[in-house]
Amino acid sequence: MQYMKPQTAAEVSDILARSEGAARILGGGTDLLVQLRSGMIEPETIIDIKNLSGIADITPEDGGLRIGAAVPGQKLGEHSGARAMWPGVVEACELIGSTQIQGRCTMAGNLCNGGPAADSVPAMIAAAAVARIEGPDGARDCNVEDFVTGPGKTVLGKGEFVSSIFLPARPAAASDAYLRFIPRTEMDIAVASAGVNIELASDGTIKSARVALGAVGPRAVLVPDAADAITGSKLEDPVIAALVRACEAAASPIDDKRGTVEFRTTVAGVLAKRAARIAMSRAKDRAGENT
Amino acid sequence: MNFQSKTKADFKVVGTRVARPDGVDKVTGRALYGADFSVPGMQVGLILRSPHAHAIINSIDASEALALPGVKAVVTSADWGIPDDADLRDVQDNCLARGKVLYDGHAVAAVAAKDMATAKAALKLIKVDYTPLPHVTDVDVAMKPDAPVVQEARADESVPEGSGPNVTHYCEFGHGDLEAGFAKADKIIERSFTTAATHQGYIEPHACLASYNTDGKADLWCCTQGQFMVRDLCAGIMGMEGSQLRVTASEIGGGFGGKTTVFIEPVALALSRKSGRPVKIVMSRVDVFRATGPTVSSSMDVRIGMTRDGRITAGEAKLRYQGGAFPCGTVDMGAQAAFAAYNMEAVRTQGWNALTNRPKEAAYRAPGAPMAIYAVESVVDELCQQLDLDPLDVRIKNAADAGTKSSYGPTFDQIGLLATLEAAKAHDHYDAPLGENQGRGLSCGFWFNFGGNTSVSMIINSDGTVGVTEGNPDIGGSRASISMMAAEELGIPYDKVRTVITDTNSIGHNDVTDGSRVTFAVGLATIKAARDAIRVMCERVAKIWGIDADAVIWEDGAAKPSGPNAGNFEPMTLAEIAAISSETGGPIAGHHEVNAEGAGVSFGVHLADVEVDPETGATQVLRYTVFQDAGKAVHPDYVEGQMQGGAAQGIGWALNEEYIYGEDGLLQNAGFLDYRIPVASDLPNIDTVILEIPNPGHPYGVRGVGETPIVPPLAALSNAVSRAVGVRLTELPMSPPRILKAIMAEG
Repeated sequence: MQYMKPQTAAEVSDILARSEGAARILGGGTDLLVQLRSGMIEPETIIDIKNLSGIADITPEDGGLRIGAAVPGQKLGEHSGARAMWPGVVEACELIGSTQIQGRCTMAGNLCNGGPAADSVPAMIAAAAVARIEGPDGARDCNVEDFVTGPGKTVLGKGEFVSSIFLPARPAAASDAYLRFIPRTEMDIAVASAGVNIELASDGTIKSARVALGAVGPRAVLVPDAADAITGSKLEDPVIAALVRACEAAASPIDDKRGTVEFRTTVAGVLAKRAARIAMSRAKDRAGENT
Repeated sequence: MNFQSKTKADFKVVGTRVARPDGVDKVTGRALYGADFSVPGMQVGLILRSPHAHAIINSIDASEALALPGVKAVVTSADWGIPDDADLRDVQDNCLARGKVLYDGHAVAAVAAKDMATAKAALKLIKVDYTPLPHVTDVDVAMKPDAPVVQEARADESVPEGSGPNVTHYCEFGHGDLEAGFAKADKIIERSFTTAATHQGYIEPHACLASYNTDGKADLWCCTQGQFMVRDLCAGIMGMEGSQLRVTASEIGGGFGGKTTVFIEPVALALSRKSGRPVKIVMSRVDVFRATGPTVSSSMDVRIGMTRDGRITAGEAKLRYQGGAFPCGTVDMGAQAAFAAYNMEAVRTQGWNALTNRPKEAAYRAPGAPMAIYAVESVVDELCQQLDLDPLDVRIKNAADAGTKSSYGPTFDQIGLLATLEAAKAHDHYDAPLGENQGRGLSCGFWFNFGGNTSVSMIINSDGTVGVTEGNPDIGGSRASISMMAAEELGIPYDKVRTVITDTNSIGHNDVTDGSRVTFAVGLATIKAARDAIRVMCERVAKIWGIDADAVIWEDGAAKPSGPNAGNFEPMTLAEIAAISSETGGPIAGHHEVNAEGAGVSFGVHLADVEVDPETGATQVLRYTVFQDAGKAVHPDYVEGQMQGGAAQGIGWALNEEYIYGEDGLLQNAGFLDYRIPVASDLPNIDTVILEIPNPGHPYGVRGVGETPIVPPLAALSNAVSRAVGVRLTELPMSPPRILKAIMAEG
């Protein structure tokens, strides 16, 4: 096994393209090292991307934020700009692993791992985040909701890797929230999760929304019906009921050691309801602060 | 056996909170655990495990593995004989399968190689030809007459004719006229319960280093709860004489009963003998879950009758336990413990053990008791609910006390149950207000405790310090407690005493560290060894003073004349006597060997407050208080730690921990991600109230405290959750999906 530490995206892409599928990217390494040690993977080449320019930076761009692929959860959590603009995304990223893992784990890695229960992914989908992909033909962008195609599978082609995540600009009267259900309080994996992103109109009704669910299907999904259900409302009870129904309908979980179909479906709706209320309250607070 | 009519009450050292002797070693990382022992030339041992729940082993071909450079040896069960003793044979067959694999993860063969990579590669080259067989992992299915047969003809003489082929043991306890008792009841409730198999969850995986020399002598270093147990089992399996195998126990990273047998130690010895090199085996966490011993799972029916005013008139329990693929008698302890907290006119418990295709059960803190008492305490709680009675008053009304004929036969001596219940009633926790979706649960708990074979040796150093040598690994603070009792008896400061745990060739036999026995039995032997040393010191002083030894007494760490008639001499301190010992007859020491009786049973009462999220079934433990009789709390910090640790493990058992097997009979959650022990943030501060009702069987009144605290949490939590959600829960663990399903079924 060889360890390489290239300086540019082009070099990374070149090494990936030349390897026979036996090269793995090392960003935070919090999934990679576990897979290595448990014998799940036996890669020939480990490509450490932490020397790439800007890879560990959070950079303002077009009113939004570009989060480098090696930015750890801890660093994102300490970024006041990110916290103010996308609190749901930040709280989701901060749920990855333990305090120790937070010093290393990244949103990009969480996305590329392709796990259905990845905590940051539903929040990123709700936030309309965009992954920047570097490859042999240069850079391209992919909406996060289209990135994962199935458990452990992504749109990444030969020689491609994710270099950053872009969180778009947003108006003042907007916010987001993420909730997951785990049987414990920490050190666990989501049994169901929901991310909700809300923008308010001047009359306090929801102008637009995005709702995403995790861990209740082969991949995290955007639920347009749930967003439609709450758009134009102030989250009155019948609206909430419609949101819950839409989420339950969008859930396609399996029975496994972590939960039953019935449980996951029910809890997905409950979490979406609660996340919507939190996002609403945060958006109102932000609107208030800016008037 | 009473040592004195009145137990000691005026303590100087015992009862204080001195600094723990292993603290610095542990926080600086210098403590040597099982995997920390290394010697030159050491090889890596690795074990090949069954991918099937149940299969015939047709053949094992290790030729390719042996041809791999760096591979020094491969062993299978064929490298051992077949012991005559059935229990030893089961232990051996569990360490390396013979003829059949009996569960997912059952060891089949082992390799010794120069490094981990070579050992891993070698394992892949060992070819095992299996014929899979039908399997059974559920106890109720295993009890049926047409169930897949795990092992043929393993029923003992207790099993009634007509029982299913997997039933290996039956037991029955009780007294009184059951039907007459039920006839007196105003309310009878009968419920069925199940509990999942849970693992001890010790943080340190099993690890050992074996060095078998060409002269037939061997050394073994390992993480265990009993080096003598390891020595005896390994010598039996290896066909060695006991004196030729020296076993040294490492520092231990948790045991809780799970390290009271062997899994890898005989395998490492066999590999070392065959390869001619020292061999180290360290289990992975996955192996620990798949192939060490969790506790039993259970299926139980309990029926209890009560009068309108809360008098229990009769109680009956039917317990069905499975302890994996080998016979086990754990259900005996459940059947004895089930109703121990109650003064019963009519009681009967029956227990059955059935074989399943699961790993061989090992002891887990009060083995067999938590599940049985969970079922009984759940029904008592439901009777209290339905009859609108205070659950604590009902326990007080029916509590066993000194002179009560226990539900399992013996008549109780002094016990602390009533005092413990009264303490719970007087505590502000009991009357604290509860909010919406919150519930309070109460349960009693009981454990027998044990004494057993014990040897202690004590040396009086010429500088006036004292060394105590004992033979039980320190799993819960015993070195501190033993030093404290030695200091107390000798009348010297605690920091003048150092207690060490030695190997199997350096002291007499000691039973394994179980049954909450060490502080009681080793403490007792330490006090007796101190008295032995004191006798020697008094004799020496008598010689110096020229008076009879009878005329010298020991007081406050010094020899004194027994009275004015004995003569007028200045007291001689221990240090003064020790300093001139070479002139008075040589080194001074004491020792004591005993098969200790009089351990004294232990009772506890737990109060738990929970809040259940009605939309997700998630339970939060809000408040928790443990009340327990410790006899005499030698080191209160450790006693509180035992009470808190037992409660934490019981809470995990109640809420989330379970062995999950798929349809294929394979374990699905062999790791700490999906086998959910509580993390720190899952638990509230666990408050403790120590009661001290002296045990007449110990000179200082000590009772074992380590096991009882895991017993009450199961029912305390279940009663709290059931009251919070308004539905009676009868299945453990009460994982969120189970609770939500129960809530939704109720509507």
